[in-house]
Amino acid sequence: MTMNEQHHTISYKSLTGTWVALVALTALTVAATRLDLGGYKVLTALTIACIKAGLVIAIFMHMKYEGRLLRWLLFLALVTLAIFIGLTFFDVLYR
Amino acid sequence: MTHQPHTDNLGARLGMWLFLFTELLLFGGLFLLYAVYFKRYPHEFAVAGTQLNWVMGTANTVILLTSSLCAAMAVTAVQRGESRRAVGLIGGTILCAAGFMTIKYFEWSEKIGHGIYPGSAHLRGGVPGESVFFSLYFMTTGIHGLHVLIGCVLLAVIGFKITSGAVTAENYNLLENGALYWHLVDLIWIFIFPLYYLIL
Repeated sequence: MTMNEQHHTISYKSLTGTWVALVALTALTVAATRLDLGGYKVLTALTIACIKAGLVIAIFMHMKYEGRLLRWLLFLALVTLAIFIGLTFFDVLYR
Repeated sequence: MTHQPHTDNLGARLGMWLFLFTELLLFGGLFLLYAVYFKRYPHEFAVAGTQLNWVMGTANTVILLTSSLCAAMAVTAVQRGESRRAVGLIGGTILCAAGFMTIKYFEWSEKIGHGIYPGSAHLRGGVPGESVFFSLYFMTTGIHGLHVLIGCVLLAVIGFKITSGAVTAENYNLLENGALYWHLVDLIWIFIFPLYYLIL
């Protein structure tokens, strides 16, 4: 792999398929949150949002076809975000 | 001696991703504030949140997902050398963005018409949790809307560069990075939508 290697081309068909999945997940999250799920509402909505975000990053943003460097950096950024949310809640919940 | 123009495609993407990570942390901070105050004022948030129109929120979600699809297809089109189609798809993205901002305009003006905006007499006289919710709502959707406008300008410039032949199948870093920025805008909305419109 050279530094100037151009990118994988993603077909219109798979992009459209991804869009269909994203819209379906949107419909699912709206339907699920209209029901009375009690405490599971937040969990359900956020789980679906994470799946949607994963699809956008992997396919639309081409992360699926990126090398190790960008994948690890993304992982690092998400871990950083998780640490600062986690530590804040450690404070908020057990103060 | 002829000189090859220097291009570093991975470097260009790396720089863009590093910038996107800082954006992620910016919005992450706003979501963190939301989470902490939601924990403190669950009842007030639930009352305030039901005042947002989830139908408009859903419409905007589908519009943004479609705009992202157009942006991703524009990259494929340029990679395949289909410049005219790429410009059309970028036009589609900008059209979706205009639709998004129009709906946002109606949402905001309806709220402001009811005296709900940061620092308004209505919110200052109400319960503290309500004013926190709407301050966060205006702050988060405002910064997000600003990103939508910036993304539109960016993509419009890139569209003209495709027309003029400056962005081609051999050199499309600019389009790729512009599209990445646009997908980030979509990504942030994917979390704003359930947090503000659905779970409360």
